[in-house]
Amino acid sequence: MDFNYTDEQNALRDTLARYIAKDYGFEQRRALAKSDDGFSREHWEQFAELGLLALPFPEEFGGLNGNAVDTLLVMESFGRGLVLEPYLSSVIVAGGLIRDAGSTAQKEAILPAVAGGERLLALAHYERGGRYEVSRVDTAAKADGGGWKISGAKGVVLGGGAADTLLVSANTGKGISLFLVDAKAQGLTVRSYVTQDGGRAAEVHLDNVSVGKDAPVGPEGGALPLVERALDYGIAALCAETVGIMAALDEATLEYLKTRKQFGQPIGRFQALQHRMVDMVIATEQARSMAMMAAVKADATDAAERRRALSAAKAYIGQQARFVGQQAVQLHGGMGVVDELNVSHYFKRLTMIELTFGNTDHHLGLFSDTLLAA
Amino acid sequence: MDLNYTPEEQAFRAEVRAFVTGHLPADIGAKVKSGKRLHKDDFVRWQKVLHAKGWGATMWPVKFGGTGWSAVQQHIFEEECADAGAPLQLPFGLKMVAPVIQAFGNKGQQDHFLPRIVDGSDWWCQGYSEPGSGSDLASLKTKAENKGDHYVVNGQKTWNTLGQYADWIFCLVRTSSEGRPQEGISFLLIDMDTPGITVRPIIMNDGEHEINEVWFEDVKVPVQNLVGEENKGWTYAKFLLGHERTGIAGVGRSKAQLKHLKDIARKETSAGRPMIEDARFRDRIAQVELELMALEITNMRVLSAEKEKKAPGPEASILKIKGSEIQQSIAELQMHALGHYALPWLQEALDPAWQGVPVGADYAAPLSGHYFNYRKTTIYGGSNEIQKNIIAQMILGL
Repeated sequence: MDFNYTDEQNALRDTLARYIAKDYGFEQRRALAKSDDGFSREHWEQFAELGLLALPFPEEFGGLNGNAVDTLLVMESFGRGLVLEPYLSSVIVAGGLIRDAGSTAQKEAILPAVAGGERLLALAHYERGGRYEVSRVDTAAKADGGGWKISGAKGVVLGGGAADTLLVSANTGKGISLFLVDAKAQGLTVRSYVTQDGGRAAEVHLDNVSVGKDAPVGPEGGALPLVERALDYGIAALCAETVGIMAALDEATLEYLKTRKQFGQPIGRFQALQHRMVDMVIATEQARSMAMMAAVKADATDAAERRRALSAAKAYIGQQARFVGQQAVQLHGGMGVVDELNVSHYFKRLTMIELTFGNTDHHLGLFSDTLLAA
Repeated sequence: MDLNYTPEEQAFRAEVRAFVTGHLPADIGAKVKSGKRLHKDDFVRWQKVLHAKGWGATMWPVKFGGTGWSAVQQHIFEEECADAGAPLQLPFGLKMVAPVIQAFGNKGQQDHFLPRIVDGSDWWCQGYSEPGSGSDLASLKTKAENKGDHYVVNGQKTWNTLGQYADWIFCLVRTSSEGRPQEGISFLLIDMDTPGITVRPIIMNDGEHEINEVWFEDVKVPVQNLVGEENKGWTYAKFLLGHERTGIAGVGRSKAQLKHLKDIARKETSAGRPMIEDARFRDRIAQVELELMALEITNMRVLSAEKEKKAPGPEASILKIKGSEIQQSIAELQMHALGHYALPWLQEALDPAWQGVPVGADYAAPLSGHYFNYRKTTIYGGSNEIQKNIIAQMILGL
C-alpha cells in the first residue's frame, strides 16, 4: 500500500488547482451554466491542451495511459471548480466504454477525436421505467439488411444534447447490445434541458433509427457487463468529484465561522458549531478514504469485488456528502440558501450527484445484499 | 497511491498468520473467541510468546527493542492477531508509558523499564483521572512534594484499568500550584508495592472488576522515578494521549467482531429465516461495515503520515471518534441479533471453567455485557466531545 501521489500526479494536481482558481471563477461559471451549451468550448479546448481529455486512453489511440488515481485528481479539482464541461459523460463513461469494448477500428476513429476535444460522446442507457436498474432495457434493435433499426426512449442522458455521437443500448432479442448513433441520424430526437446543478441532460427518443453494420460496440447481447463497468468508472469519478466539493464546502464554512460575528464574537467560538464543523471534516476525510478505494477498485477485474467496493463507496459518500452539504448550508445561515453565494451551488451539485448512477439507498441495497453471500 | 497490498505485504501477512495461529495458546484463543473472562496470566503468556519471536513491541523503533514496522505492517499484524483470537496487547505499558519513556525518559529509565515492558515482566497501569478531574484533567490534585531524594505523594486516582494486577503505575501529579494548572504537573513512575498505596475495585455495569480507584497516602517515590523535568508533565501527558488515541481505533478487532456479528446473524432466526435475510437488520450491519471500510483506510492514511512526522498529531482524534463509535455499533447489533435472548444475565458463564448449560445459544452470554461495557469507549481516552474540542482547536483553529 502506498498513500502518496507520484511527482507527476502532484504536478497535475497543482496545474488543475491553478487552472480552476484562475480560469474557472464562480461568476464565470454561473454565466456558463446559463449559456446555450451550458459549458465552454474554449475550456474544452484547454482541457485537450492540458491532456485531460486524453488521460484515460491508451497511447496508441492518442491517449496518455493515465490510471484511476489520475482521474481521481482531475475529478476532485473539477468538483472544487464546479466544472460544467461534459468530462464525466463524454470522456470517463462513454469514452471508457469505447476504450474497453470498441473494435480497433472504432477506437481509431473515435478515441483520438475525443482526446483532441473534437468529438463529444454520451451514453444513452437508463430508461424511465427502470429507474437505476442497469439490466432493464426496453429500447429494441432489429436487424435490418446489414444494419439495425432502433426504437425506444432513453431518460436523463447526461451530456446528451451536446454529444456528436450517442452510445445507445438496445435489446436485440439476444440481450442488451450497444450501438453508435450519430446525433444527426434520421428519427433521433434529443430534448436537452438544464439540470438542477446547472448541467445538461436530455431525453432521447429513437423512432426506427437506422444504423450501419459497423455501429455495434462489443458483442451482440453482451453489453450489460460493459455498461456496468463504464458506470462504475463513472461512480468512482463522481465519488472523487464529491470529495472535492465536500472539501471546498468545509473550507468555506470554516472561513465563515471565523469571520461571521454574532453576539459580539465569531460564531466559531460556539461549541455547538465547532462540533458540527468537526463532524463535517471527519465526514470528508472518511469520504476521501472511500473515494480512494473506489478509484483503485474500479480497475478490479473481479466483477463481484468491484460491485461491492463501488456500491459501498457510492452509498457511503452519498450519506457523508448529504450531511456536509446540508450542514454547510445550515452554518452559513441565510447566506447558505441564496443563489449569489457558491455554497448553494456546491450543495445542489452534491445533491444531484447523490441521485446519479444509483442513489444512496440503491447502492446501500446492492452492498447489503453482498452480505448474503459468503 | 495504491491501496492494494504489495506482494511483500501479502507475504508478510502470511508469515504473521502462520506464526499467530501456530503459537497462540489454544486455551487463550478459545476464551477470546467465546468472550470468556481473561486473567492476567493469559495476557502475560501471549506477550511472552510475541516477545520470544521478537514481535513484542510492533509500534516501537528498533533501537528500543521494537520491530520498526511500517503502519501497514502494524495494521496487518493487528488484523491477524484479532482474527486468530489473540488477546489485546494491553496498551498501558507498550503504547502509553513506553513512548513517553522513549521520548522524554533518561537512559537509566529506558534501560530498566523498556525491556521489562516488552518481555511481559512488568504490568503497568494508568494514573491520570481523578474523581474531580475527568475531562478537565489539568485540574488534578494528587500532590507530590519534593523532599530532596524522594517525593511524598498524596491523593486519589480513578478509572484505573486492571490496576489490580499492576506492578507499576504512571501518574500525573501536582508538583506546583504556581501559574496555570498545566504548568505544575509532573510525570512520576510509581512501584505499586510501595507502602501507602491502596487499590479498591470499581465494578462495571457488566458486573466485572475491570477498573479501580487507587489511593496514595504518604507514598515515598524516589526522585529517579521522575520522567523528564519537574512541572513539564503536561507536555508528556498530551504526547501519551496522542499515542493512546492512535492505538484506540481498533480496526483489526472491529473487523473480527463484525465477522462474529455476521456469524450470529446467520445463526439467529426470525420466523424460521436467518436474521441476515432480514433486510432491515442486514442494512444496519451493512451500514457499520461501510463506516469500518472507510476507517480502515483513514487509519492507515493517518498512521502512515504520522510515521513521517514521528509523532501522532491531532488527526488521531478522528480515529478515536470513529473507532469507538464503530465498536459500540457492532456490540449493539450483536446484542440485538439475540432478540430476547439478550436478557439472561449468566455472569458465571464468562468463567472459562464453567461447565453449566447455556441459556439460549452458546455465544449469547457475553454479548449484552459487552454492549454495556463498551459504552466506555466514547468516554475513555478523552471523551469524544473532548476529541472534537481538540480537532476544533488544533486542526481547524477555532
